[in-house]
Amino acid sequence: MADSLDPARDKPLLDVQHLTVTFGGATPAVDDVSFSIARGETLGLVGESGSGKSVTAFSILRLLQSPGRISGGRVMFEGRDLLTVTEGEMREVRGAGISLIFQEPMTALNPVMRVGDQIAEALLVHGKASRTEARARAVELLEAVKIADASRRVRDYPHQLSGGMRQRVMIAIALACRPPLVIADEPTTALDVTIQAQVLELLRELKARYNLALLLITHDFGVIAEMADHVAVMYKGRLVEHGAVREVLRHPSHDYTRNLLAAVPGAGGPEGPPLHPHVRSGGPSGPPATPQ
Amino acid sequence: MTPLLEVRRLVKHFVRKQGVFRAPSVVRAVDDVTFAIDEGEMFGLVGESGSGKSTTGRCILRLIEPTSGEVFFRGENVLQFSTERMRLARRDMQIVFQDPYSSLNPRMRVGDIVEEPLVIHRLGSKPERRARVAELFELVGLEPAHVLRYPHEFSGGQRQRIGIARALALNPALVIADEAVSALDVSIQAQVVKLLLDLKERLKLTYLFIAHDLRLVEHICTRVAVMYMGKIVELGETRALFASPTHPYTKALLSAIPVLDPDGPRHRIELDPTSFEREAPLKEIGAQHWAAV
Repeated sequence: MADSLDPARDKPLLDVQHLTVTFGGATPAVDDVSFSIARGETLGLVGESGSGKSVTAFSILRLLQSPGRISGGRVMFEGRDLLTVTEGEMREVRGAGISLIFQEPMTALNPVMRVGDQIAEALLVHGKASRTEARARAVELLEAVKIADASRRVRDYPHQLSGGMRQRVMIAIALACRPPLVIADEPTTALDVTIQAQVLELLRELKARYNLALLLITHDFGVIAEMADHVAVMYKGRLVEHGAVREVLRHPSHDYTRNLLAAVPGAGGPEGPPLHPHVRSGGPSGPPATPQ
Repeated sequence: MTPLLEVRRLVKHFVRKQGVFRAPSVVRAVDDVTFAIDEGEMFGLVGESGSGKSTTGRCILRLIEPTSGEVFFRGENVLQFSTERMRLARRDMQIVFQDPYSSLNPRMRVGDIVEEPLVIHRLGSKPERRARVAELFELVGLEPAHVLRYPHEFSGGQRQRIGIARALALNPALVIADEAVSALDVSIQAQVVKLLLDLKERLKLTYLFIAHDLRLVEHICTRVAVMYMGKIVELGETRALFASPTHPYTKALLSAIPVLDPDGPRHRIELDPTSFEREAPLKEIGAQHWAAV
């Protein structure tokens, strides 16, 4: 993994400052959260359910549903505060500037639309291509996300694809307008571990090829360790720890991070103590009755 | 020593009709599965979606009727039991499901949910059952005063404790935990796993722990069987199997687990489906270690 650009030296691509989001209650769902992402950098945002990590992502794109409301802060992206631009400008940013990959590709994709048309739609909406060009680009994008036989697959509906392939289609849609930043909200959580490995590998390759910045939201420290340059840990709406991934994983400074890491089975590494020592109970177990 | 549970050549085929003019297709969900679990073991059954691990668990309890094979519990073949006899046998074999949201009736009070197995099996008087429910709540770390609440008033981890209390109501010997902690956040998961291990010691339980999380299985199971496309491709003591995986699928599966060290070694192995014989029988390749190679 290439060393990340130093966000302090290089002007960040995305700079979130003091973001605060409330859902009407007394305690904010996102409480004074600040972080930045440089071009080509991957920031892992990690936390458990309800920690506010997805709300943070949705706030950046101004996709919060009522009663969610951004009550303070700034989201600087390419020199503008996204919280103050018009809804029309915001529509331009979504997809062309920042795109979003969701956890569940089956619900995020339109079930009654061919996947090629869904990719083409992203280009057409932003006026980036004519209808014919968009069709051709859809095939190229499916090839870029390594879907075999792309020219035939563009005509498939989502239900005809496996979970891993659907997530690749989601990635193709996210990349269609070549945004400099992709937000991936638990992109591999619904996938089997071998498929997850393939999708992560693909994301790594695409990042390098297009110099993409990635805000990777996950609950899995293993995924963070494999993908991220920096990591921010969220707990109850606050960023409790933020730093270079090696530093945070090796020397977590906040109690919550330490506890979270300790809860990961095998987090102590090969030398560290396992979650629970292997217990060998009873006598030696008999061999399975081997089939004839 | 007779194993507590012995599964022999278990087969479950699902037949899918494809219309009048086409031959029905057969999905071989469980395809000739054989293994045995000793009393007091924590036996892991791992595999990815569609590998047949959950179907295997359900066939053992006859929640799904297997196509063929034998399931011996304390030496008796439960597949030959009558409905009534099977009902009695289920006192000793219970299951904890994955989803703590869909596996609890939202309209029942949680106390009634935990009491229900006792009612079905006509055990105890009403006050006795109530006392047992309170005891079970305490056992799984829930507040006995909360018996009158409804499932939606509890968090995911607490609901899973309710599911565990229900499974333990009849004092089973074998608990099948079918992805019982998969839906939980990692810190909650660690607490529920600790509870399952505590209960194992205190109540002398035996577990069939069905899971897809290999890191978790590595740390809590004594032995592991790896399923792939309806078959067990490798089986052995956890340490031996994780230290020297032998079947190509096991190797690919273990190599896909994200490593927590950013500078850790990463040798991803892609599975080459032509590199092994699907019908190969399990062969002893080391002490307490078998692989279908």
